[in-house]
Amino acid sequence: MSAQPQKQPHRPGGDQTPESADSGQVKGNPQASERVEELDSLLDEIDTVLEANAEEFVKGFVQKGGQ
Amino acid sequence: MDRRVYGVETEFGLIHHPETGRGLPPDELARYLFRPVVEFGRSSNIFIPNGSRLYLDVGSHPEYATAECDDLIDLIASDRAGERIMHDLAQWTEERIRDDGFNGQVYVLKNNVDSAGNSYGSHENYLIPRTTHFRRLSGILLPFLVTRQIIAGAGRVVPADQENEAHFAFSQRADHMWEGISSATTRSRPIINTRDEPHADAAAHRRLHVIVGDSNMSSTTSLLRYGATDLVLRMIEAGVPIGDYELENPIAAIRAISHDITGRTTVRLRSGQELTAAQIQRGLLERVTRFVTEQGSHHRHVETILELWARTLEAVETGNHGLIDQDIDWAIKKRLVQQVAARHGLELSHPRLAQIDMSYHDVNPQRGLFHLLLTRGLATDVLSEERITRAMTSPPPTRAAVRGEFLSTARAYGAECTVDWVHHKLIDRPLEAVMVKDPFAAQDERVEALLDRLGDRGAQLRELSGDERSQRGVTVALTEKYAFTGEAAPPEPPLI
Repeated sequence: MSAQPQKQPHRPGGDQTPESADSGQVKGNPQASERVEELDSLLDEIDTVLEANAEEFVKGFVQKGGQ
Repeated sequence: MDRRVYGVETEFGLIHHPETGRGLPPDELARYLFRPVVEFGRSSNIFIPNGSRLYLDVGSHPEYATAECDDLIDLIASDRAGERIMHDLAQWTEERIRDDGFNGQVYVLKNNVDSAGNSYGSHENYLIPRTTHFRRLSGILLPFLVTRQIIAGAGRVVPADQENEAHFAFSQRADHMWEGISSATTRSRPIINTRDEPHADAAAHRRLHVIVGDSNMSSTTSLLRYGATDLVLRMIEAGVPIGDYELENPIAAIRAISHDITGRTTVRLRSGQELTAAQIQRGLLERVTRFVTEQGSHHRHVETILELWARTLEAVETGNHGLIDQDIDWAIKKRLVQQVAARHGLELSHPRLAQIDMSYHDVNPQRGLFHLLLTRGLATDVLSEERITRAMTSPPPTRAAVRGEFLSTARAYGAECTVDWVHHKLIDRPLEAVMVKDPFAAQDERVEALLDRLGDRGAQLRELSGDERSQRGVTVALTEKYAFTGEAAPPEPPLI
């Protein structure tokens, strides 16, 4: 049990120091549009992986009680 | 206790969703899913080489119980390994049912509630000293557990009913708890179960069995959930005064708290005081922080846990959920639900959002929504890929290591054996069965001696590499650790 991998929860974008986080806010606009694109891409991907008929999927998910 | 043994048992939801028509019923699907398990261990209830237990529970829920762990990251890695095993089995099942003429996808969901209101659990086990006064323990632990959902809940899109509109709740399990403390699990789910099977020296220890928790997808949330619970237990065990938060009605409180995502709902204490869940958690966190300052950290994650705990309470208190929307399951899920609702202009009662809720818990790394967020760096993680893969085959350094070695060696020699949490028995040598009562013991001389009876292990067994193992079996977790390379027994000399 030698190497312990990441023990601290890490934020994406890596090791942001407070300063770099601050300077990030200065150039807000390009980042904001990047974020919108990222979100669009995420939501597109979700639409492709989910079963198209949401209602059927949800209704079909019936188990018996456990434990 | 400075060192504690932890374990978590997870029941998974299982469905087949064909391209058209009805899917296979859950029990039939579960039998498919567990065929490789039965093939490996000749039963649908087996211990596997990583020391954990894999079985089909009541109601055909596939279930995975982690090996006993004495480190939180080991625990979380073992739990995640269980998700991977279920995913591997589901992939295999999808192919098999296709061969048998059924199309569509197989889903394994690590959640706690289906669309008909059935619930299945995520049960935590904590080893505690037998000397812990149980009345004092429950007096402190119960209000902690009732309010813990605001820091560790998995979040839920609650459908509309006659009385309430659809809304977002902190917890999956809160509505399914019926009692504070009791010995039952199925009939009347209690928050703390008193069933006392320590799987250890009963004179020294008991096993605290907590069944109120939601199944977590986020390893960061898991760290806070188990870590905070351990810290509260540690204070109880140390006998320090903690303040009185005993609730007048824990079951009414757990539901009221869950259904108000603003966190403003107050609950009544036995003292008559009215407090919010965050105020109760704040009081406990302050006491824990003081305790850690006085006593020091007992493991290397304490600081991380305290920081997360405080930040999560701040998010609830201020309503700024963005503070934790990459770290805490309910907040991660809530953000995603809101984003999808905003894009398509959906009301919260829309089935698409219930589907998002369920799919968040899909264990498939390419399809599950939590995993998509993780891959895109939109959720934090305390595990590495390497650590998870290792946990699929390697037991943690506790009694699980004794069990894993015993199983793998006996299998290599083709010797039939039975094990459970405590016992190790070779079928041919029933009188030499060994009980290992110490769950911390990563080695046991008696078990070693028993295995030596099988042959010269050093000369006859070769350990397979991870690569070799990943080529074999439906899942690497169900593969042999050793190849037998010894000489076959010398042939009988020819008769003259």
